[in-house]
Amino acid sequence: MNAIETRVLRKVYPALAVKKRRGVPAPPVPSPAGIVAIDALDLAVAEGEFFGVLGPNGAGKTTLIGILTTRVRITAGEAFVAGTNVATEPAAVRRRIGVVPQRPNPDRSLSVIENLVFHATYFGIARADAQRRGQELLERFDIGDKRDARVDQLSGGQQQRLMIARALTHDPQVVFLDEPTVGLDPQARLALWEILRELHGQGRTIIMSTHYMEEADQLCGRLAIIDQGKLLALDTPAALKSKAPGDTLVEVTFDGDASIAADSVRAIEGVSNAEARGPLLRVFSKRGGEVIPALINAGEVHGRIVRDIHLSRPSLETLFISLTGRKLT
Amino acid sequence: MIAGPLAPVAPWRVIAAILLRDLTVARRELPYFLVRTALQPILFVIVFGYLLPKMGMISHDYSTTMLPGVVALSLALSAIQSVALPMMQDFGFTKEIEDRLLSPVPIQLVAVEKVFAGVLQGIVAALFVLPVARLIMGPISGLSFGNIPLLLAVTVLGGAAFSAMGLYLGTGIAPQQIGLMFSVIVAPMIMFGCTYYPWAGLSRVPVMKWLVLINPLVYVSEGMRAALTPEREHMPVLLILAALVLLTALFMWIGLKAFDKRAMS
Repeated sequence: MNAIETRVLRKVYPALAVKKRRGVPAPPVPSPAGIVAIDALDLAVAEGEFFGVLGPNGAGKTTLIGILTTRVRITAGEAFVAGTNVATEPAAVRRRIGVVPQRPNPDRSLSVIENLVFHATYFGIARADAQRRGQELLERFDIGDKRDARVDQLSGGQQQRLMIARALTHDPQVVFLDEPTVGLDPQARLALWEILRELHGQGRTIIMSTHYMEEADQLCGRLAIIDQGKLLALDTPAALKSKAPGDTLVEVTFDGDASIAADSVRAIEGVSNAEARGPLLRVFSKRGGEVIPALINAGEVHGRIVRDIHLSRPSLETLFISLTGRKLT
Repeated sequence: MIAGPLAPVAPWRVIAAILLRDLTVARRELPYFLVRTALQPILFVIVFGYLLPKMGMISHDYSTTMLPGVVALSLALSAIQSVALPMMQDFGFTKEIEDRLLSPVPIQLVAVEKVFAGVLQGIVAALFVLPVARLIMGPISGLSFGNIPLLLAVTVLGGAAFSAMGLYLGTGIAPQQIGLMFSVIVAPMIMFGCTYYPWAGLSRVPVMKWLVLINPLVYVSEGMRAALTPEREHMPVLLILAALVLLTALFMWIGLKAFDKRAMS
């Protein structure tokens, strides 16, 4: 049985009504069909995987997690978590999952320990067991001394750990984390990575969305790269990296439109592809930085002066750019 | 190692746990809660039930008319606020309700639980205001506790109607418009809710007498009159109870629809 399975999953949000204001030109009208957030997505995640969903903001990551955690309605297709249909048996799905939200949303009327104890009782766990388990989780996540504090006395990292503790109070099989490290300082991020590895080591399936390449590379066994609701690539981080085109990504910024130079750049030996976006020219080079003089020259021939040059080694980042034409962050 | 999936939980146990959460929070906020919901009616009692009669500007008899209305008002205000305010907050920026929406029950039950908690809080407010008002106003002629079943029915149904209304207002109205909600909906409802005068008295202004029937508070006020001062003129009991049942069903229906829209995207 797969931990996660989606079949031609589709989610369309209704188009927002755009209010007209006098003197302000009407913004581009969204298509009357609505905004497609997830488009014909087929995914299968095995039990016990640490699975990453990678994509830029607006790629559909949060919507996908929202669907799988029963909080977003499906427009078409099907989704299953631990063999349970998300749309028809949402309550049964909720018993099997733990959810760590993008932004901590603790119950602010309750103390730290009460957040865990009450949440556990919502799952039918007896109060005494819930107390014991809550205390264990707080200590394990290093916030035992904040037991009786109000939640707004916790730092951002501590709140995030409280959210993970809460997601674990009912011992879920599958844990979802939606960009869990956004807004954390580097130290708190590393601490969180340790916790996630430990959870995975206990045999839980972990589904994590992120837009940090390094995080996906470090933690995930398999990665789905999505953009605009579509699955672009799916493999282990190592295999994805080996698929990265060219050897090196050279980004050259000119003082004006770069497209006039694109054709001549593509003809340069060692260049596998080049693509212009405004003043930015993205060049995939088989010979690393060796092509740079020729690139500068190609610009000068067309009256363009180089303002900035940036080199990236082949990585998930360069693969992502070659797949989507966009940067992740 | 991970155990298998958690055993299914009976929905009533989940709802009882969420109710316990709400009552725990409500108990901690009891003083603020009473100030928020009972202060307005009690101030009115001080002026119209104590000061003005003392000055001889209105008769002591007015207390008999006013007491049931004041109890009704406290019940209605507290029931509305107990649901509308947390809903606005929970669905607002903090998204605090999320942990309850992830509990293993159909999400509509989370809304039903909130309405139930609102009824309980309405009863607490009414029970608080009744003796305080009696204390301030002194002996009230015609006050009777002979019909406890009717008193209970009006209290529970009135609380339910206003909690359900709170569910609709709390989920169907944008949080930025909360101030507007109180001045445009709640304030006129109080003034035209037959709280400070009996419905029968509106016979002098027939248009008003029919217009106020769209106001849910009228039925709670008149219901309290029927229960607490049965000797005085009041609306027929059957009409009151039928109206309260209908209003509860109506607000529950539109309230659940609005809740659903907010809870699931």
